[in-house]
Amino acid sequence: MSALLQFEGITKRFGGVPVLRDITLTVEAGTTLGLVGENGAGKSTLMNILAGNLRSDAGRIFWDGRPFAPAGPAEAAAAGIAFVHQELNLFPNLTIAENLFLTRFPRWGRLPWIRRDALGTQTVRWLREVGLEATPETPVERLSAGERQLVEIARALSLEPRLIIFDEPTTSLSDRETRQFFELMSRLRARGLTMIYISHTLDDVLRLSDRVAVLRDGALVAHGPRADFDAARLVTLMVGRSLNQLYPTRACWEQSVPAPAVRPLLEVHGLTQPGVVRNVSFTLHASEVLGLFGLMGAGRSELARMLFGLEPFARGAVQVAGQPLQGNSPRRRLQHGVAFLTEDRREDGLALEASIADNLALVTLRRHARRGSGWLNRSALAEAVRSIRAAVRLTPTARDTAPARTLSGGNQQKVVLGKWLLAEPQVLILDEPTRGIDVGAKFEIYQLIHQRADAGAGVLLISSELEELIGLCDRILVMRRGELVDELRRPDFDRERILRAALHERTAA
Amino acid sequence: MASHHPPRTTNHEPRTPWLVRWLGGEHLVLWLVVLSFVGLLPFTPDLASRENLANLLLTLLPLLVLACGQTVVLITGGIDLSACAIMAVASVVGGLAMNGDTGWLTGSPWAAPVGVLLMLAVGAGLGALNGLSVAVLRMPPFMVTLTTMMAGGGLAIWLIRSETIYNLPPAFNALGGRLALATLITVALAGGAHLLLSRTLLGRWLYAIGHNARMAHISGVPVAGVMLAAYVLSGLLAAAAAVLYTGQAETASPLLGQRLLLDVIAATVIGGTSLFGGRGKVLWTLGGVAFIKLLDNSLNLLNCSFFTITMVKGAVVLAAALLDATRCRLLEAEA
Ligand SMILES: Nc1ncnc2c1ncn2[C@@H]1O[C@H](COP(=O)(O)OP(=O)(O)OP(=O)(O)O)[C@@H](O)[C@H]1O
Ligand SMILES: [Mg+2]
Repeated sequence: MSALLQFEGITKRFGGVPVLRDITLTVEAGTTLGLVGENGAGKSTLMNILAGNLRSDAGRIFWDGRPFAPAGPAEAAAAGIAFVHQELNLFPNLTIAENLFLTRFPRWGRLPWIRRDALGTQTVRWLREVGLEATPETPVERLSAGERQLVEIARALSLEPRLIIFDEPTTSLSDRETRQFFELMSRLRARGLTMIYISHTLDDVLRLSDRVAVLRDGALVAHGPRADFDAARLVTLMVGRSLNQLYPTRACWEQSVPAPAVRPLLEVHGLTQPGVVRNVSFTLHASEVLGLFGLMGAGRSELARMLFGLEPFARGAVQVAGQPLQGNSPRRRLQHGVAFLTEDRREDGLALEASIADNLALVTLRRHARRGSGWLNRSALAEAVRSIRAAVRLTPTARDTAPARTLSGGNQQKVVLGKWLLAEPQVLILDEPTRGIDVGAKFEIYQLIHQRADAGAGVLLISSELEELIGLCDRILVMRRGELVDELRRPDFDRERILRAALHERTAA
Repeated sequence: MASHHPPRTTNHEPRTPWLVRWLGGEHLVLWLVVLSFVGLLPFTPDLASRENLANLLLTLLPLLVLACGQTVVLITGGIDLSACAIMAVASVVGGLAMNGDTGWLTGSPWAAPVGVLLMLAVGAGLGALNGLSVAVLRMPPFMVTLTTMMAGGGLAIWLIRSETIYNLPPAFNALGGRLALATLITVALAGGAHLLLSRTLLGRWLYAIGHNARMAHISGVPVAGVMLAAYVLSGLLAAAAAVLYTGQAETASPLLGQRLLLDVIAATVIGGTSLFGGRGKVLWTLGGVAFIKLLDNSLNLLNCSFFTITMVKGAVVLAAALLDATRCRLLEAEA
């Protein structure tokens, strides 16, 4: 019996609402614990208590058999606990090396001068470990989201901890990076490192953990060796009922229902921007869910940003419902009925300090304002917020006036989705809409996407999860190095062919 | 999904300590004003005299108008260092136009209204200059308004060669000098700013930009236009404050409000408006302005020198900042 870590009766409330209820849980040294639960179940909160970012209201933690109550993250780090957070916590203006060693630069003895040479070599070592090919002097702001995540992981490793917490580490990683990361995890496990792994991809959790713990509504509802669980059982435990389907079926996919008339909504002709996209042409039809698949760096997000007027393009034309797009601002796009959920919810999607209601209402505010004076109809606004909260199933415990920052990661994502859905757009561009969202809530979001399409909108869906695209779309476009290389139609989706097209071989379209 | 969850106990704020509740309350500063008033009364009984209160109110009004403009700009995450310089220019231009000796409008029955409009136009114009530099040319607000402050201050002096202009139309002087009228104007302006911020589209947009300008842009907020509006508004309110001050002093002077800038910013920030944007209310600013003015007034009554007053004010502003930081920490822990 060598318990490295024990939680005993951990309880936590936020403003009177219980978030963790009497959690008692043991983690043996050298094992990996998989921690799962719905959005807002309390996973990150529990880890924040362990890592010294929050204090519990009741209960104790034993670390190595001794009572442990870290007063701050520095103390937890000193005890050997490293935490890779769900959200990125890097300084974009500093270099990789500086981010890694910010609190403990290698120095000349006790002198206050940094040893640049040692800094470089040590950083290179950790970067190699996580498989990131970048020099230590690269400023973090030049890295992609996935590469930044790798820097976070390298930073955690560089603490040479005894326990490492991964809170949804793969949400921004590409396929290749994810595979490398899993290899890294097995290397770490072989070295005897203890790990806690949080993810909404249940198959990964089952594959990588020795034991699994399930949180529901702040309570530990199940805990045991991996062999006791399968994905279906986990889902049932997490959401309190069984899900017999991962993806909803659209009525128009049934043979008996006539296909909706084909009406082009968004027409893209020869869109070109040197180095980013080349000669991209496609048409999105009314009532269609069109998937856009590609590896990271294929130019999918860039294409979406161009369509929404956030980035320039050198050549090409875009029409919405037969009208050429005018101007180059998101505001104009919205007037054309185009909406765009960006992939970076913290930078582009939310005002973290603003209230949940203000975040939800922002896009559609103008509709509730009187012309001329701009006087807001507050009751109509509150009604709109209420309806969209219900539609996206935002956690009912959060008050409208609470800052968006206090929501769990998945619920923050629901707020961003909600604010765009409220605009009832004709053309809805979604870039990784279900990032960080739990299985149960994903199904509901899929239903919302289909509802939007059934109401006549065209949906352009970007996702790195091929399964998601195959489950949801009417048609899938494959993009590679800035070009569209293949197109497939339901029901002829062929996983092999899509992957091959995205990777290298050019297949006949 | 939620239907199968165990019922949630939503007994809100079970045992929030009273101190935390009070410190975290929105109207902390207003309470402090009342407390300091009562606390100072035994030392300076004159404080509550009718005459003194009237005087206090009269000097508070233009400061409040200025601070409202500052609040609007701070909410967007900017700052307007030029507010007082704009006030000086507006005052001088108004004086040049209206005075009974050499004014362009001398003798005209429309001298006062046209003069006021002219002053407002000067304020809006200089504000627009700030706004365009910030919103369109994307220059940092601190630099832009610092430049305007220096240029404006110089311009005001140059325009009248350091003279002071007397002999303004009585109708104009009444606007700022008659307590009832000045109060009415200020209440209208501050009330308007309050409604603008809390009840209108533009108001919500101002906050959204202060929170996250990039997100606001993507969400369809016309960011440049809203920023421009914020600085124009600040300029307009500075000009309105110039009307009040000039009328009160019955003279137009380029030195008007020379020492006021720090009071304006201190009052706004003491009230609770954030220098980082996204947070602020006219009501809070009212508290801050009242606090600063009360401090000024009571120290004056205690016969403190100008230097002592400045030092004490500095200490109080520091204490207020400390209080704010403590309050944020407490709230954070409570959240
Ligand atoms: N600072 C805070 N103030 C108020 N409530 C909070 C705060 N932080 C978290 N919460 C609430 O605590 C609950 C648990 O949040 P937590 O972040 O632990 O969830 P999670 O299990 O990590 O979910 P996700 O999968 O979405 O990341 C949520 O309902 C959240 O709204
Ligand atoms: Mg979380």
